[in-house]
Amino acid sequence: MSMCGSDAHGGAHDDDAPDDVTALDGGPARSTSRQTIVAFPDGPLLVRGDFDIVDPDGNPLRRTRKTVALCRCGASMLKPYCDGSHKMINFKTEPES
Amino acid sequence: MSSLLLDILNGPEELQPGATNPREDLAALTRDAIAATEDFAFDDDLQLTLFCLFELHYSGIDGTGADWEWHPDLIAVRRLLEQAYEAQLRSIVTLPELPEPTSAAVAGGLFELTGADGGPSMSRYVAKQATEEQIGEFLIQKSIYTLKEADPHTWAIPRLTGRAKAALVEIQADEYGGGAPDRMHATLYAQSMRGVGLDDSYGHYLDSVPAITLASSNLMSLFGLNRRLRGAIVGHLAAYEMTSSLANRMYARGCRRLGYNDAVAAYFDEHVEADAVHEQIASRDMAGGLVESDPELLEDVFFGAAAAAVVDTWMTGFILDAWNAGTSSLRSSATVPA
Repeated sequence: MSMCGSDAHGGAHDDDAPDDVTALDGGPARSTSRQTIVAFPDGPLLVRGDFDIVDPDGNPLRRTRKTVALCRCGASMLKPYCDGSHKMINFKTEPES
Repeated sequence: MSSLLLDILNGPEELQPGATNPREDLAALTRDAIAATEDFAFDDDLQLTLFCLFELHYSGIDGTGADWEWHPDLIAVRRLLEQAYEAQLRSIVTLPELPEPTSAAVAGGLFELTGADGGPSMSRYVAKQATEEQIGEFLIQKSIYTLKEADPHTWAIPRLTGRAKAALVEIQADEYGGGAPDRMHATLYAQSMRGVGLDDSYGHYLDSVPAITLASSNLMSLFGLNRRLRGAIVGHLAAYEMTSSLANRMYARGCRRLGYNDAVAAYFDEHVEADAVHEQIASRDMAGGLVESDPELLEDVFFGAAAAAVVDTWMTGFILDAWNAGTSSLRSSATVPA
């Protein structure tokens, strides 16, 4: 257990931070009040925050969790959600150099 | 040993004047059994004793006093067993070449480790050829952990900070149903068990399963209940999440091949989608984030992931060997509905 004032307690409750905080050190930019889409290398798009997933008519799609992974390799059998198929087809987001 | 432990748990803490202390007898028996065993992971009595000692920290053992949880004599026995099990794993588990201690490199290393061929595949067997009776056995074997799914990894939450902690909590919240008790993974699993005619009460099949099934569950409790091993429990969870989506798709296929309804397959369907989310968070933010903040935990993250693969490969091998020999994988098959 470290004492008060040590780094272990550093700035965890930054509720007044502006919405457009960007991590400059390469760490994750986790905004508390807007949506983020994390593009995972060789994997899905992870969508986190307050958002709706709807069909072209605006009807909500089946959704059972807050944070979702959206397929971007095209091989998922659960589209628009990821089902891990990108690993089976060896999907790459960057062209082979 | 396990029966002496249950006698102790059912008895009073105070000793009669002049009587021997059964907890000292248990410790002596445990030392002897550890010295004598040829394979800790496959030793029924050692694994059951350790499982029961861990269970005091989960839902407890019916009819026994809650005060036993932190009794120093029982903690001492637990430590003997934990040390022996960890020593076996440290000597057997081979670590891959360790990556740089960055989030991206750790995630890459974990994807490589968990993508390697792990030998015989339970999911392929279940998808293609398991009989109704074997599906029942499979659900029983898996129930020892899955009826308390996520609990062993939850021990790690207060031991992490920052990015790794936020990632673990995000995963665990989903494991526990995101606020909806009927979506809790353990609850979905109980529904699958009932759907094939099994008893879904926690611990019902404890005496039916072999040591290696208890060893798989004990591995998580060992990693989860020792702060020292927080790297290993994080690696273990990452390995579980990263090998789950595709396997669960196969399990769901096996259930439907045998004509079971969506209620039985729901647990597996849920994991296809959930773990496609979790594996990304687990590998980069949880495991990678932990290593970036505590680089000295790099080796244990990979030890935990590799140990998960090794023990579960042993468990799969044990079950498939039994089935391929035309026998049951359970210690007693009387409880499986025909």
